[in-house]
Amino acid sequence: MIEAASALPGWALLPAGAAVPLIVVWRRRPVLRDSASVAAAAAQTALVAVMVPSVLAGGVLVCRPLPLVPGVPLLLRADPFGILFALVASALWLVTTVYSIGYTRALQERAQTRYFAAFALSLFATVGVALAGNLLTFFVFYELLTIATYPLVIHRGTAEAARAGRLYLAYTLTGGAVLLGAVAWTRVLAGRLDFQPGGILPEAAGVATLQMLFGLFVLGLGVKAAVVPLHSWLPVAMVAPTPVSALLHAVAVVKAGVFGLVRVVGFVFGPSLTRDVGAGTALAILAAVTILVGSLAALAQDNLKRLLAFSTVSQLSYILLGVALGSQDSMLGGVFHMASHAVLKISLFFCAGAVYATAHLERVSELGGIGRRMPVTMGAFALSALMLTGLPPGVAFVSKWRLLSGAAEVQAWPAIAVLLASGLLGIGYFVPIVVRAFTGPASGPVAEARPALLVPILLTTGAGLLLGLAPDAVGHLLSLAQAAVAGVAEPR
Amino acid sequence: MRAHLPILPVLLSLAGALLLPLVGLATRRAAWSLAVASAGAATLAAAAGLVDVLVRGTQRYPVGGWPPPWGIELVLDPLSAFMATSVSGVSTLALLGAGAGVAAGVGAPVFYALALIALTGFLGMIASGDLFNVFVFLEIASISSYALVASGGGAALVAGFRYVVLGTVGASFYLLGVGLLYALTGTLNMADLAARLPAVADSPLFVGGVAFVVIGLAIKMGLFPLHGWLPDAYTYAPNAVSTLLAPVGTKAAAYALARTLLYVLRPEGLPVNATVAWAGGAAVLAGGVMAARQVDSRRLLAYSSVSQLGYIALGLGLANAPALAGAYFHVLNHALMKAALFMVVGAAGLQGRGPALRTLGLGPAMPVTTVCAVVAALSMVGVPPVGGFFSKWYLLQGAIEAGQPLLAAVVLVGTLLALVYMYRLTESVWFPAPAGRGAAPEAPAPVLVALLLLTVAMVAAGLANAPIVTRILAPAAAR
Repeated sequence: MIEAASALPGWALLPAGAAVPLIVVWRRRPVLRDSASVAAAAAQTALVAVMVPSVLAGGVLVCRPLPLVPGVPLLLRADPFGILFALVASALWLVTTVYSIGYTRALQERAQTRYFAAFALSLFATVGVALAGNLLTFFVFYELLTIATYPLVIHRGTAEAARAGRLYLAYTLTGGAVLLGAVAWTRVLAGRLDFQPGGILPEAAGVATLQMLFGLFVLGLGVKAAVVPLHSWLPVAMVAPTPVSALLHAVAVVKAGVFGLVRVVGFVFGPSLTRDVGAGTALAILAAVTILVGSLAALAQDNLKRLLAFSTVSQLSYILLGVALGSQDSMLGGVFHMASHAVLKISLFFCAGAVYATAHLERVSELGGIGRRMPVTMGAFALSALMLTGLPPGVAFVSKWRLLSGAAEVQAWPAIAVLLASGLLGIGYFVPIVVRAFTGPASGPVAEARPALLVPILLTTGAGLLLGLAPDAVGHLLSLAQAAVAGVAEPR
Repeated sequence: MRAHLPILPVLLSLAGALLLPLVGLATRRAAWSLAVASAGAATLAAAAGLVDVLVRGTQRYPVGGWPPPWGIELVLDPLSAFMATSVSGVSTLALLGAGAGVAAGVGAPVFYALALIALTGFLGMIASGDLFNVFVFLEIASISSYALVASGGGAALVAGFRYVVLGTVGASFYLLGVGLLYALTGTLNMADLAARLPAVADSPLFVGGVAFVVIGLAIKMGLFPLHGWLPDAYTYAPNAVSTLLAPVGTKAAAYALARTLLYVLRPEGLPVNATVAWAGGAAVLAGGVMAARQVDSRRLLAYSSVSQLGYIALGLGLANAPALAGAYFHVLNHALMKAALFMVVGAAGLQGRGPALRTLGLGPAMPVTTVCAVVAALSMVGVPPVGGFFSKWYLLQGAIEAGQPLLAAVVLVGTLLALVYMYRLTESVWFPAPAGRGAAPEAPAPVLVALLLLTVAMVAAGLANAPIVTRILAPAAAR
């Protein structure tokens, strides 16, 4: 792995950062304002994509714009893992922006300027999280992400939204405070904060100390990663407009938490130290419990978005389980699941939002016959749902197959049982929706969602299928995941 | 001129105070301009002193050419230069924003004259290299502060009286302590004392002297549980007074505590540092809990001061390099955010809103004011990259390095308490007040300018924290 100074990671932050003031300035000219969002998302995707070849070639692009505190620079570092997350988030932001424009226009949402500005700021923070090269830089963008998404959670302005916003801030900022404690402690123990493949913490710190530190990291990052029992904010935050739930609460925010935990395991503790202090097993148990609890809770939901939220809780921990098990294949499956869950869950949310924006339905029990009125939308929903449960040839099959074979490799039979059970539970909560949607009596004539909603749905569903057949077809995602795992496993 | 930089800020502020009664006869506006100009000039002089110290190192200035120990010595070192710049800069902005609000109570010229006398006192305390001289300027600052607080009339009279009584107790304690130390060593000069005290550190006079000095300054600083005068004083004083005194008043006393405790007395054999650190930790928690329970915005901010001063005391007590950098940096950050928040409440008051939280609601009508309030709240909670985050980061580092995980936890819990009370304040600022009030116009231009400058400074302090700490605060923390 060769480190090379490059301004590119810094440039990747620029489009979203510049979009925020432009969106505010053009608040009275909606066309210009919305074009700024689209242009920023496209530019960000392009700038991240430009880094893919050099990262795949084994290079790590490093950019130090300014010192953060003495001895700790604001460090932006593009490595395969960070680029994977940044690429997925940016590309899906582009799709979501188009969807958002259609959604806000269809529902004539209020305060659209604040909405798009906060959205751009959230993506600025997400790319910062992805490209952060040390824990303090990571923390800065991680907290910014919390603040930037708050206005989106309370967007509706109802008392329910305000309550959800308070809960959201209470959970995430408490997690942030714990994380800050862990970061400060790491600085004292290791004398440094930069992410290094194989870890930076010295074994000499002692097992008990390292266990406590790991616990703090899990508590702090586990809030956004929606690890049970720290997940309660996520279903409540579904009060936000659907594009927010789709991109931020299925991709950017929650994956920032998971991403952070993977960084901690792979780049702060290092896989071998994680295993030696017993943290790998503990994290695997936590992830397994979360997978089951999330899936079981999803079975009991009637509100479609809440059901999807609990499914997210469950699916996020697939990633953690893969990394916690620690074999090459399971880690690869986990890391790749960041991408596959993102693509599939966002299309499920897009479908739910299209149904809400077009037919104003949000409960599963009301969805009888909706498949006959909106065949394309619900067809895409059915396809994405089945792919998410892990059925081939969907993209989630690629990640889940590697998870299973990796678990078998380290003979983690309970983990295999949990994965299979959760797959069955996934079929259990998705199939009834699909069946009801297509079997019930049609309550009205065929009325598909408007094109701005439909095109993104088809794009993400298609991407899910395409990536399942050829995982490297778009953005070399599987190669990035492989490079990320190979980098972590390098000996110290 | 360069040789006189140590005394220049004090003189400029004092000159303004003396000229004010004459100019103030003309117009209220002239008094305001003179006050801002005078404090601004003091700020420039203090900033020039800071630059000079960084270039040439510590400056010793014998007042009137009389060398110590006979004459009074002023010392300009990185710490005093940083404090003088922070205090005079924030005071200037507070006076700038006060223009529109000074109305009721004492006449405007009197307010500005008293404010400049208080500033003279603060700057004198900071510049002084002599324990008795600190007392003189402490009293100059305190007496003008009593008058300023009481000028609100009504409840402020009672609050002011309480402030007088407790403040005088604090001053007397300090003077008593200084007297004991003088009896022990025969000198009042800080450098001389620092050299002579170690030889007599086991004398009971030394123990008494340290105890009286520290408790006296802790009262003046409003350190829990000696903060009794503070909440009422800042709640009932006129808004312009709270905007000036809450950010900088207690900071000068905190500086005096840091200077005497860490650089002069150094009571290594006594558990003074630990006591200050734990009192600070208790202040963080108690002040935060009290602030979270308030329904009056100014009382909330006053208790928030108790909590935030606790952070400063915690850092001073821990006294290792990162903790001191955090404590000193928090003096600047807290001054900036507290001035901004009191100014926001004052701006609401101009529209007939507040100070009760539920009637604050500036909402969409005053967008600039509201955004400034949000940034200040983020700084208070400690969200990067606003300044407040970095002071807490250094304090956290200091607590962990000192092997005090409990105090580290206190720092973090304090940020969560700040989240609670700042959330309540921000929510009430952000959302429109209940019906019955028309759309309010944006705050007057001087208030807006001052608020924006404070807000920019908060963010700039955060972004520039690394050079500030390495160039200024790390040398200041080296003892």
